Amino acid sequence: MFRDLVRTRALEERLENLLKQGHVVGGLYRSLGQEATAVGTAMALDDGDWLAPSIRDLGAVLVRGLPPVDVVLQYTARAAGPCSGKDNTNHYTVVDLGILGPVSPLGTQLCVLNGVALTFRNRGSDRVCMTYQGEGATRTGASHEGLAFASALRLPIVVVIEHNRWAFSTRSEQLAAVRDWADVPKAYGVPTISVDGNDVLACREAGVEAVSRARRGDGPTVIVAETYRMVGHAQHDPQSYMPAEELEEWRGRDPIARYERYLLEQGLITSDELLSIRHEVDAELDAAVDQALAAAMPQPLEARTRVYDAPEPDVTPWTRGPGVAGPGAALVRT
Amino acid sequence: MTTTYLEAIRRAMLTEMRADPSVFIMGEDIANYGGAFKITEGFLEEFGPERVVDTPISEAAIVGAAIGAAHMGLKPICEMQFIDFIAPAFDMIVNFAAKVRYRTGVGAGLVIRGPCGGGARAGPFHSQNVESYFANVPGLKMVAPATAHDAMGLLRSSIRDPDPVLYFEHKFLYRRVKEDLPENEDVLIPLGKARTHREGDALTLVTYGAMVYKAEEAADRVANQDGVEIEVLDLRTLRPLDTDAIVASVMKTGRLLIVHEAPRFGGFAGEITAQVCEEAFEWLDAPIRRVTAIDTPVPYSPPLEDYFLPQTEDIVTAARWLLAY
Repeated sequence: MFRDLVRTRALEERLENLLKQGHVVGGLYRSLGQEATAVGTAMALDDGDWLAPSIRDLGAVLVRGLPPVDVVLQYTARAAGPCSGKDNTNHYTVVDLGILGPVSPLGTQLCVLNGVALTFRNRGSDRVCMTYQGEGATRTGASHEGLAFASALRLPIVVVIEHNRWAFSTRSEQLAAVRDWADVPKAYGVPTISVDGNDVLACREAGVEAVSRARRGDGPTVIVAETYRMVGHAQHDPQSYMPAEELEEWRGRDPIARYERYLLEQGLITSDELLSIRHEVDAELDAAVDQALAAAMPQPLEARTRVYDAPEPDVTPWTRGPGVAGPGAALVRT
Repeated sequence: MTTTYLEAIRRAMLTEMRADPSVFIMGEDIANYGGAFKITEGFLEEFGPERVVDTPISEAAIVGAAIGAAHMGLKPICEMQFIDFIAPAFDMIVNFAAKVRYRTGVGAGLVIRGPCGGGARAGPFHSQNVESYFANVPGLKMVAPATAHDAMGLLRSSIRDPDPVLYFEHKFLYRRVKEDLPENEDVLIPLGKARTHREGDALTLVTYGAMVYKAEEAADRVANQDGVEIEVLDLRTLRPLDTDAIVASVMKTGRLLIVHEAPRFGGFAGEITAQVCEEAFEWLDAPIRRVTAIDTPVPYSPPLEDYFLPQTEDIVTAARWLLAY
């Protein structure tokens, strides 16, 4: 678990450097300060379970087995990435690993994951689903409708609300009149577990409890994890609206430092062992970055493929106007 | 066996659900009640609550769950109680279902079906034709049958299709269209193929859905009174659009009239016009004309709705103008 926390932060640090060097294309949304929520809760899942991350849940997909090189291929828009260069950030769906990629309209992946959970239930399987939302995303219709649907059908699903205090630049207090986000699911008859989102052990424990309930057939659970987004919404956001004293206060609750301290104090690990884990992670991630940067960008014509389940790319005539060379450019009926 | 358009839709679902246990249906009031139009009456008893799922009133949640189930290998049918209520699921359809194969390589083969269209005096929220809302969204397929035979064959193909299909069934035709369909007929009609509803050589009339019948009536009147034959092409599938069939007919007749029940601005007639101009301009002997609903919401009161909808007389007038050009 310590390794997954370190991998998450170190991989995001590499992505940040790659962004500055111009290799990462587009936006980069970090989970700095809230890694424990994603890593701890995802630890509760088993093979065959499905997980739908939100934008700040890199840790959860690493726990589920996504290779870091796929993450770098994705952020650098490579053809070999899990979206083949057709979508960005963490929007990949990987069926073999049970990862359902989100889309940018928030809350929607809960509605979609409900269908996976419904399939499990109808097949008599005891597999379960877990998904994540910031408290900002809980304000969407999709979030409410998804929770209402899951509770009405008693689906085996766990929703983790990552209460990280900020929805882009808007304070969570401005988003709703409720002060305890665990009050929200009560309207749907869904039990909740409130947890310190910066305590990875507590997050895992909450995950295990919620997952067990779903596996038993007792329906959905909402976990509310109290945490803090230590960076701006994305790398392009200077986070000028975040009070320095508040950041300082939460810096003292850093989830990785906390868990490291715990492991040392309990004598569960030596500092040499911690150091060698960090070195192993560095080596793994350096190799992933090298491999990804050596990979090819997609061919332009690939833009036309895979819209439908058709073997041939779409070559609609005249798309580029008459007289332009290239596929589908010239078609005159004779 | 005399089969209504509604019964054909019902039989298509029964056939597919009996043949393939991965096919299931979700919607509001479809299980216990059997659906607002009784299309799924008896389904709950035959297939059980796992495959006939009553849901909360939440079209976004219905379509969302269908996408997830499709990822797991199931073949979901989502019933919109009226197709107007597809609007609350718009985000799920355009941002998730339509894009997920392109984005991730994982498809979402599902059907969203529901009653569309006017003429039932049902007002602005139970009468719409929504195809143009989705026309600019690659990744979707759209079907609008006019006959019971097509309703059955196209729905069966839609259920088997690996991509998301919006299936628009015209409520005005539900019990008005009656055809003789053999009990065990194994109808499967490929998506993307238009059908020549009536042969002719003087003018091509492209239409779909309930307008096929007004087009036929207009063509018969012109044949009887003017002695010329109009070719009526029923598109059946709106996306993929059978441009080849449209162009082939225009190359034969040299004249094109497009009729649809949806409002004019941004409607399918505009797209068809553009494609024919691009591909067969030299073959046209007259400008392309459109007969469509007016650019308003669908009004409720009969005189208003009759004015809103394209009428046979409108089609005859436009056809004669084109024939005289």
